Amino acid sequence: MAEILFYILASVTLGTALLTILSRNPIHSAIYLVICFFSIAGHYLLLNAQFLAIVHIIVYSGAIMILMLFTIMLMNLNKEDESHKSIASQIAATIAFCLVGIVLLAGLLRTKPVVESYFQSGEDFQSIKKLGEVLLGEYMVPFEFASVLLLVAMIGAVLISKKDKQKEA
Amino acid sequence: METILKVIGVETYLYLSALLFSIGVFGILLRRNAIIMFMSIEIMLNAVNLMLVAFSTFHQDASGQVFVFFSMAVAAAEVAVGLAILVSIFRNHGSIDIDKLKNLKG
Repeated sequence: MAEILFYILASVTLGTALLTILSRNPIHSAIYLVICFFSIAGHYLLLNAQFLAIVHIIVYSGAIMILMLFTIMLMNLNKEDESHKSIASQIAATIAFCLVGIVLLAGLLRTKPVVESYFQSGEDFQSIKKLGEVLLGEYMVPFEFASVLLLVAMIGAVLISKKDKQKEA
Repeated sequence: METILKVIGVETYLYLSALLFSIGVFGILLRRNAIIMFMSIEIMLNAVNLMLVAFSTFHQDASGQVFVFFSMAVAAAEVAVGLAILVSIFRNHGSIDIDKLKNLKG
């Protein structure tokens, strides 16, 4: 049961990721990417990381994709007018994709990492309570830095996308 | 409930995220639209996140998932700033075709 579910989710993930890249219309790409993110959240649920799955849906499928869709609509890109790259660079990109894939897969297949068989101790390690303890205990300082980073990113985004007043005058 | 790692093993997740990562690389190389390139970057980030979560479950250690939270925060910040830069480029050039951005080319 879980196996079938995994393979369905994996094919959805890979298929929609490819469709994101290959579809000509940016709006369609964004929609496919949302489906891809939802299937990744499904993977998290399969791995029993419920809190992470919910956060993933909220952050990626919610916030980031809305941001991207708004940007696409703001720039009026929802038409298929992108000029293609030259055939040579398309072929080169495809070859590079195949090579990267083959090298990564071969590296993972052939090196035969020492993977001990999965042992379930039954210990609670990924409930929200445990995650909160780790996040605010061991990783307290990085947590604070992440909040500073988000603040700086927000100010930076506003500053960069603001209209230049001197230019208009 | 049967655990997924017992059924299919952690290696399958390795292969899945390797493939997902190379799809992201493909998108970066293939397209000229800067927004699609951003989406490819998101795909690559998610491939790595998936790997982290799989190994976190495998080793029964919460640190991996906490690391994914940080990576999500960084991704959100990156997208916000990146899209702001794109908007500003669009305002100045009238397009976000990256092949047209060659003012710095000698």
